[in-house]
Amino acid sequence: MSESSPLQKDRPLSPHLQVYRLPITAITSILHRATGIALMLGLILFTWGLMALAGGEDSYNTFMSFCTSLTGQIMLIGWSGAFFYHLCTGLRHFILDSGCLYEKKAAARSSWAVILIAVLLTAATWAYVYQDVLMGGTAG
Amino acid sequence: MSSLVKWHKGGLKSPSARARGLGSAKSGLDHWVMQRITAIGNVILGLWLLYSILANKGMSYTEAVLWLSEPLNAVLMILFVISLFYHAVLGAQVVTEDYIHTEWLKLVKLIAQRLVYFAMAVACIFSILQVAL
Repeated sequence: MSESSPLQKDRPLSPHLQVYRLPITAITSILHRATGIALMLGLILFTWGLMALAGGEDSYNTFMSFCTSLTGQIMLIGWSGAFFYHLCTGLRHFILDSGCLYEKKAAARSSWAVILIAVLLTAATWAYVYQDVLMGGTAG
Repeated sequence: MSSLVKWHKGGLKSPSARARGLGSAKSGLDHWVMQRITAIGNVILGLWLLYSILANKGMSYTEAVLWLSEPLNAVLMILFVISLFYHAVLGAQVVTEDYIHTEWLKLVKLIAQRLVYFAMAVACIFSILQVAL
């Protein structure tokens, strides 16, 4: 590196923790792991659902009333978001496995794309679930 | 770098591994491969289950039993349980190995989470069979 390079001007000598911002690729990476852990907890609900169905009508209705409660709905929205996010970053990982998307710009762009697609899919899913409420809301 | 790693009598070894008399990773790649294979399963079956739930929104007990009694649905559901829990076990293993640094605690957690996931998966499959058969 030559000293006159504009890139070298006013650069800190070492990473400064107070001003260090995680790059988007690092954020998508850690979120992939975080959503994976969240989905592991979601397996409890998954198992409960199947066991409740096998247990008969009463236990199934208990399960369903939890799912449709406010707490249940918030949890389901969270888990669906985690599912879509983990799905999208997972698919991105398949592309990374092939050796593509490592170039700085492509890596950042695909990270943003993954977040955007996950948010859109989650929003679309819940818009579909609550379509009656949403339609009723706009009409009334 | 890659030129330093040579195929040696006992497999692919780095110079330091050769010097220390260590072998190749052997079945180490299996974790990576199975994580990908189960990921493919989860993509397909996860989207299938999500579609099924959304298409039959708010299924009553009878509707849910009828749905899971369909042989195709029961088989796909069992496959999803296997793929899903296998993937979870692999993921949980990596997370535990990365963050738990107390050796005995790590070992206990690795064993415990495998047992718990295995028990949950069996409970899921048993429930599916109970409803479907």
